[in-house]
Parts: sequence; structure tokens; C-alpha cells
Amino acid sequence: MNRRAQLSALLALPMLWLIGIYIFSLIMLLVTAFWVTDPFTSKVKPGFTLRNFEQIIANPAYASTSLRTLGIALAVTVLSILISVPLGIFMAKVASPKLRAILAVAITLPLWAGYLVKILAMRITFTEEGFFNSMLGPLGISGPGFSLVTVVLTLTYLWLPYMAVPVYTAIRQLPPNLFDASSDLGAGAGFTIRTVVLPLIKPAIIAGSIFTFSLSLGDYIAAKFVGGSTQMIGSIIASNINLNPPIAAAFSLVPIAFVVIYLVVVQRTGALERM
Amino acid sequence: MLRLSLGAKFTLGTIVAIALAFMYIPLFLVVINSFSAARISSWPITSFSTIWWEKAFVSEPIRAALLNSVIVGLGATAIALILGTLVAFALQRYTFFGKQSVNLLVVLPIALPGIVTGVALNNTYNRVLEPIGIDVGYFGMIIAHGTFCIVMVFNNVLARLRRINPSIEEASRDLGATPLQTFRLVTFPQFRSAFVAGAILAFALSFDEVVVTIFTAPPGVDTLPLWIMNQMARPNEASLVNVVATVVILASFIPVWVSQRLARGADERE
Repeated sequence: MNRRAQLSALLALPMLWLIGIYIFSLIMLLVTAFWVTDPFTSKVKPGFTLRNFEQIIANPAYASTSLRTLGIALAVTVLSILISVPLGIFMAKVASPKLRAILAVAITLPLWAGYLVKILAMRITFTEEGFFNSMLGPLGISGPGFSLVTVVLTLTYLWLPYMAVPVYTAIRQLPPNLFDASSDLGAGAGFTIRTVVLPLIKPAIIAGSIFTFSLSLGDYIAAKFVGGSTQMIGSIIASNINLNPPIAAAFSLVPIAFVVIYLVVVQRTGALERM
Repeated sequence: MLRLSLGAKFTLGTIVAIALAFMYIPLFLVVINSFSAARISSWPITSFSTIWWEKAFVSEPIRAALLNSVIVGLGATAIALILGTLVAFALQRYTFFGKQSVNLLVVLPIALPGIVTGVALNNTYNRVLEPIGIDVGYFGMIIAHGTFCIVMVFNNVLARLRRINPSIEEASRDLGATPLQTFRLVTFPQFRSAFVAGAILAFALSFDEVVVTIFTAPPGVDTLPLWIMNQMARPNEASLVNVVATVVILASFIPVWVSQRLARGADERE
């Protein structure tokens, strides 16, 4: 068998699956976004209309939900960076080898604990009669309850390991003599972190941010269970999927657009090539 | 070495302690609440009981949901193992036009938000296949899970193939082994642990998946996450869900332990 035939034999089945099922479905979703829903029977009919997109643009609730979701995804990403960098520095440069090994397991373990289990856990923690209010109530502090803040905290809880693990790995791989050189030249720890560590771990932060951003953007289960009345893009898609599938299809292009724009912006910084 | 002042070390340590508390207190509350006698989770717990554990143990819906999760997970893992390994071999051993696109194609189902994948497949099942008389039913879920699990096997096997020395295979061929014998006796044993690691990751990913499942599960079929979600929406028996969640938390030690073992095994060989 020549190499071309061998390659075709290897790729035939996976390509048939990924293009025939997945790409076909994405294209059909795009096509459905232009179809019409009969307002009386709510049956979907093939056709070509831009009305679904017009409705999305005209309806201020769609625009504000899109912006809110974008804001949530960015807040989760920033919060994950703010936790991961000190965590990574502590693990790599302060902790003893034994403590480091324990922490390495400790930050990956919640990754496996189950998506819904973590949402349930946050629900129990922040509910009105829950742990947070009961512990901090005597100090006069009342928790965020089920709100936008809890959605951001919950999504950070869910996706933090996707940021913490690459950031920690990157800090571990920094050559120690860079720190020596920096301190020999008179830089303090804060200055070293800002001018030496952060620029070098930027690719890891960006890699992690793709996950925290994209995963937060598409989520709506957290909003449903700990968000109170907080709506996200996913909530609107999910509530329309049976009532008005073309609107759901058209609106699902919004998170795709956000992810693509984010990837383009990130690629501009050149961080993807060095990943 | 990074010279941190005592104050800086203390600040870092505090941040780490808060981050760990933020990660583990909520999980701990789930475990403790599974032993609460109350119907609804609240704090502090007034009386303890194992009644919810007893109820969960004999619950038929929980058993059915668990069985579905295992079947779907195994089906998706089998699909991912076959397709992921094929693509990994194609990309590692051959150069061809469109290589980058194939790579992107494998990653796409997990890079795009889950709701997009779910809605897209739901749309195909309901508005394309059903009108022409094809009801994918239960398989719809397995197909969906298999699609986003491919990348797990792919990543693991590809990374290992890159580290395999090609001259060992050439030696096997020179010594008269057929391609099949070479694969079975030389190539496969070298990436077996990556294959197993990929399978565990794929199964775990499928087992935990909610959003895609919501849109692709046939009516009346629950996986374990779907059961948990429906139970959370009906909070009058919230304590039962804490028991299932506790079991999931305990079960999560298994993949961590296995992957630690696999990583250690790989280190020892090197």
C-alpha cells in the first residue's frame, strides 16, 4: 500500500464522522437560522428570512444578555488569573517539595469532582439559610445569595483548574537563575514578578484564558441554579430551542462570534504560536 | 531563587489558603449534608441520619440513570478510542495538505461552547433526520458524546507517538515481522498507557457532561448528571441529591489516583 492510500485509510472514518455529523450539523444550524417559524403552529419551515437576526438585534434584552454574558466570561477569566498567579508562585517558589506535591493534587482534584456537583455545592454554600450567611451573619456580612456575583464565583470555581494548572507548570519551568539575576540587579520580588515572571508566563495565561472564557460563555446551568434572575446567552438559546428553533439557531451564532473574536485577538499577541 | 519578604510569603500563603477554602468548603458541605436528616440543605445541620443514603441505595431512578451514564460513557469512549487513535496516527506519521484543518476539526467540538454543539446536533436529529424517518434515539446521545471525546484520546496518543523512537519499528520490520505483528508487538505496547489515559479522560468527560446531553438525550432517559439537575430543580428532596453528589466526589479520586499511577509509571521507564 502506498503512503497516500494508507493516509486515506486512516483518515476516512474520522473525517466521515467529524465532517458528516459535526460540521454538517453546524452548517445546518446556520441554515436553520434563516428559516421561518409559523406563528400559529410553531412548525419550522425551510425558507430564507433575515427576520430572526433582525429580531435579535432589535430586541434590547438580547443585546444586554449578550453583553452581560461577555462581562461574566471576562470577569471569570480575570478572577482565575488573579488566583492562579499567586497560587503558582507560592507552589513553585515558596512551598516545600512535599507541600508542593500535595497542592498539585489539591488543585487538580476539584477538576474531577463533577460539574453539577460543584454547582450544587455552591448552591448549598450561598443559599439564604446556607453556610456563608450563617457563618458571616454574626459579623454583619450578608452573602451575595443567588445573583450575578454568585454566577461569577461559581464559574470561577468550575474553570479555575484550567488556568491554575498551565500557569503553575509555566512558573515551574522558569529557569531559577533568572530570579537570581533579577535580584542581583537589585529588583525586589514584586518588580521581578511584574517584569520577569508575568511576561514569560503570558502564553500559559492566554492558553488558560481560552478555556475559562469559552467555557463561561456557553454556560447557562450555573445561571439557572445560582444566578437568581441572571440570564445568559445559553439561557435564551435553551428556552427557545423548542418554541422557536430558528431564533435559538441565530442566537447561538453570538457565542461562536465571541469565541472567534477572542481567538483572533489572542492570536494577534503571538501567544498561540509559543504555546 | 525568588527572594520574597516574610510579608510577601505570608500574603501569598493567605491567598493560597483562601483559594483552597473556596475549592473545598463547598464540597465538604455537600458531603456533610448527605448525612443530614432534613429534607432541605441548610446550615447548621440540626440532626444527622443515614436515611438519605438508604433511600439512594434502593432508588430505581438513580440506578437507571447510573446505568445510562455508564453505557453512554463506554460507547463514547469506544468511538473516541478508534477515531482519536486513527487521527493521531495520520497527523503524526504523514505530512499532507490540510493537516492544520484536521487538527482544528478534532478540537472544535470541545472548543465551541457546549450549548452550540448540543443545539446543532439537536437540530440535525429533529429537523433533518426525523423528517426523513430516521430516529436516532438513544444513539443520538452516544454519537454526541463520542464526538467531543475524540480530542481526549487524540491528544494523549499524539503526544506519546511523538516520543516513540521510529527505529524500533524499522528494526522489527527488518527482522521479518509483518506490519500487523509490528503494530501488535512493538507499536501498541509503547502507546498503551497513553491509550488507557485517553480512555479514562474520555469516559470521565462523557460521565460529567450535562449541556450536550440535555439536547441529545431522548425523552424520559436520564443520565446521572441529568438526574442530579432535575432533582436540583425540584428542591423538596434535596438531601437525596447530596448522597449522589457525595458518591461522585468520592469516585473522582479514582481517575486522579490512576493518572498519578500512570504518570509515575511513565517517569520510571524514562
